[in-house]
Amino acid sequence: MFETLSYLALQQYWWIIISVLAALLVFLMFVQGGQTLIYSLGKTDMERTILVNALGRKWEFTFTTLVTFGGAFFASFPLFYATSFGGAYWVWMLILFAFIIQAVAYEFRTKPNNLLGKRTYEGFLFVNGLLGTILIGVAVATFFTGSPFKINMLNQVDWQTPYRGLELAFNFGRYATFVNLSLGLVVFFLARVLAVLYFMNSVDEDNIIKRAKKQLVFNAAPFLVFFLFFVANLLLMDGYAVNPETKQVFMESNKYLNNFLQMPVVLIIFLLGVVGVLLGIIRPLMNFEKCHGKGIWAAGIGTVFTVFALFLVAGFNNTAFYPSYVELQSSLTIENASSSHYTLTAMSYVSLMIPFVIAYIWYAWKAISNKKITAKEMEDDSHVY
Amino acid sequence: MEIDYALVDWSRLQFAVTAMYHWIFVPLTLGLAFIIAIMESIYVKTGNPEWKRITKFWMILFGINFAIGVATGIILEFQFGTNWSNYSWFVGDIFGAPLAIEGIMAFFLESTFIAVMFFGWNKVSKKFHLLSTWLVAFGASLSALWILVANAWMQSPVGMRFNPATARNEMEDFWEVLFSPVAVNKFLHTITSGYVLAAIFVIGISAWYLLKKRHILFAKRSMVVAAVFGLVMSLMNIHTGDESARQIARVQPMKLAAMEGLYDGQTNAPLVAIGFLEKVNPDTDNINERQFAFSIEIPNMLSYMAFLESGAFVPGIRDLIRGNEQHGIMSYFEKMERGKIAIKTLYDYKNALKDAKEIEANEMVKMSLLAKADSLEALFADKEWLDNYFAYFGYGYFDDPADMIPNVPVAFYSFHVMVILAGYFLLIFILVLINVMKGKIVKRKWLLWLSILAIPLVYIAQQAGWLLAEMGRQPWVIQDLMPTIAAATRIDKSSVQITFWMFVATFTILLIAELKIMLTQIKKGPKEEGGL
Repeated sequence: MFETLSYLALQQYWWIIISVLAALLVFLMFVQGGQTLIYSLGKTDMERTILVNALGRKWEFTFTTLVTFGGAFFASFPLFYATSFGGAYWVWMLILFAFIIQAVAYEFRTKPNNLLGKRTYEGFLFVNGLLGTILIGVAVATFFTGSPFKINMLNQVDWQTPYRGLELAFNFGRYATFVNLSLGLVVFFLARVLAVLYFMNSVDEDNIIKRAKKQLVFNAAPFLVFFLFFVANLLLMDGYAVNPETKQVFMESNKYLNNFLQMPVVLIIFLLGVVGVLLGIIRPLMNFEKCHGKGIWAAGIGTVFTVFALFLVAGFNNTAFYPSYVELQSSLTIENASSSHYTLTAMSYVSLMIPFVIAYIWYAWKAISNKKITAKEMEDDSHVY
Repeated sequence: MEIDYALVDWSRLQFAVTAMYHWIFVPLTLGLAFIIAIMESIYVKTGNPEWKRITKFWMILFGINFAIGVATGIILEFQFGTNWSNYSWFVGDIFGAPLAIEGIMAFFLESTFIAVMFFGWNKVSKKFHLLSTWLVAFGASLSALWILVANAWMQSPVGMRFNPATARNEMEDFWEVLFSPVAVNKFLHTITSGYVLAAIFVIGISAWYLLKKRHILFAKRSMVVAAVFGLVMSLMNIHTGDESARQIARVQPMKLAAMEGLYDGQTNAPLVAIGFLEKVNPDTDNINERQFAFSIEIPNMLSYMAFLESGAFVPGIRDLIRGNEQHGIMSYFEKMERGKIAIKTLYDYKNALKDAKEIEANEMVKMSLLAKADSLEALFADKEWLDNYFAYFGYGYFDDPADMIPNVPVAFYSFHVMVILAGYFLLIFILVLINVMKGKIVKRKWLLWLSILAIPLVYIAQQAGWLLAEMGRQPWVIQDLMPTIAAATRIDKSSVQITFWMFVATFTILLIAELKIMLTQIKKGPKEEGGL
């Protein structure tokens, strides 16, 4: 079945899969957002335990999605894997450290004799939520703003600065840094918004819900500001276009705006996504009693749509998805960075398993979280974080 | 090709530290998952709540261990990109696939049903819970399958072809990669080693309870399950280990010579059962030569182990370097020459293409350059040229064969420690099983102590196995095709050093925390009878 597809069609198919995984990952980062809210929403030990446990039943899905995202990117676009991870070394290393300390924090937090104490593990969760979201946002922004690397004739990467990716977040002499950081902050505040909505949906504890309502406003406002800043820049900036005949990369003014206009379906997905996120925020604020449990669905699906559309804009319509601003022709496109036809075909068969995976995740989730999390459950249950 | 050796060493050290830390936790996850699943099956079958208590206790230890296994694991996947980016491109077309499949097929299975396993006791039916526990066990071993397929492929690359246009190896046959004999055997050997470790872990802790005269029934029951499971797996483990000796003889003769400290090849080669190495003075060949200060040998055994023929010739390190015409062994000098030709061909091809692109004016010159590129490209499709030249591509990076000898003492000692300990564990399983069955285990204090001692030893055996596998195969990341020195990311050494120390500090702190938590839970023991 997949064998008959053209090389380009397979590359596009895989870019869609990468985009879906990225979209799901950003949605699932509500876990990270929630980790930065434990002390804002929980004022007593029990309240914090409830919050940690509400997140603790989901954190592995975010984590696994991140790992799968990395693996899928490696398998389908190995040149990106080699270039970005090897090049922007410090950005990725910091992201990874933030995830190492997360993985133990839930399990170790309340165990007796845990060496570092409860507060430290909660600190780990906070750091993970802060760095994980912002740095991943910065890394994704470079899909549009570019990075300083050259690729030699054996396709090996030479990063052009000694800061190995840190310049993408801290070189304030370059305007693009602000764009990068704005997307980082968008992801950070969005994750917190989603977390608030998730808590409203799955926690049954009046004090937490009351505080959550306030936090929704506090986080939705900066989210919107940074989001507008990022989108405005995206639409106005020059983008990295590819000539479909010669494969030469060149700068095109308003490239990403053009991509939206030339791919109306993507534009519609994007707009639907934005509306979804806004509805998810506004409706609980307007009619709290009725809607506070439902916001996560609209905002969650909206997030998935929005991120998905942004990734398509980065990679489709003759666009370089991982551009180099120091040497245009080193930029990566879904054509020059991908795996071979054979490997993409083999992996496409593997991808048929994804709906099945989503189905059993759904089923298992429903089976264990059919009741809201309460203080009583925390006291009764045998496995509490 | 200027190579920064210090950078490569630090990158290796960093990868080794992460991998070795990761492997402290993974084998216990692999094995304990099955032991728990068996215990829970007995509970569901008999309805005896005592078995539920047993299951739940081991599940607590499983959870503590699992978390830190996850923490050390995420780093490894991304390190291929961050620290070995040239590698990631050179073989990513083959190597990336198993990693992605691991995520899609195995990690989600594990993480989804682990949630049911921990949080579902009072929420889902008994049978669904049991199924979840089995799926966790199955998922853990499935993830091991894919990463071990990837590792086996590095040791014995099959099912691919080099594409000069992209300057990388590309997959041609997925099934050949998956079912390569080295992959199948490596998988079975490694997971059964994990099962053995978990069985020893359960037996050792139970032995401690028996010595302390606490939870006696609980401990005995745990022991029976672990001993039966461990005995079966230990036999499989030894069998697959034996099989891998023959594979190493075939695909990595230098590793075989190193792990036996064999410098001069011979027919009817004996196996050194126990030995101590010392330096040879003077080291006339400049190969850092060692000899045995003391050894106990089993006649003919190495020849038999490697080729199933007691008269077979086993090449030594010197035979491989200098070549041995009588036995049809090509010298490393010859391989280096051929490798250099293969590398030069690739560069000539790339330069011709580049020049053709840059020359604007002269059509004639351009055409002739393109024609040259075409003829060079054709070589990479010519089977004879591939077998005679490209097959030695990696050797072309070296100028001195001495740089291509793995660390002999490390290979030798890690191999022997692993094998001797495997025998020790087999013995423990048999003795424990017999004594539990006879009802005498509580009286056998010496056996209980030996069982406790086995816990640190089984971790040593695991690390020794990987030391042998990974250091014994140096200088290769991809056997014969890519040396470690050519695989590393070009980056300043200090970045790798800093991250190395960050890893060491983080993992060490987390390990200490894990041990403290684990020991506290063990001291606490299972909940008293009746309590769930």
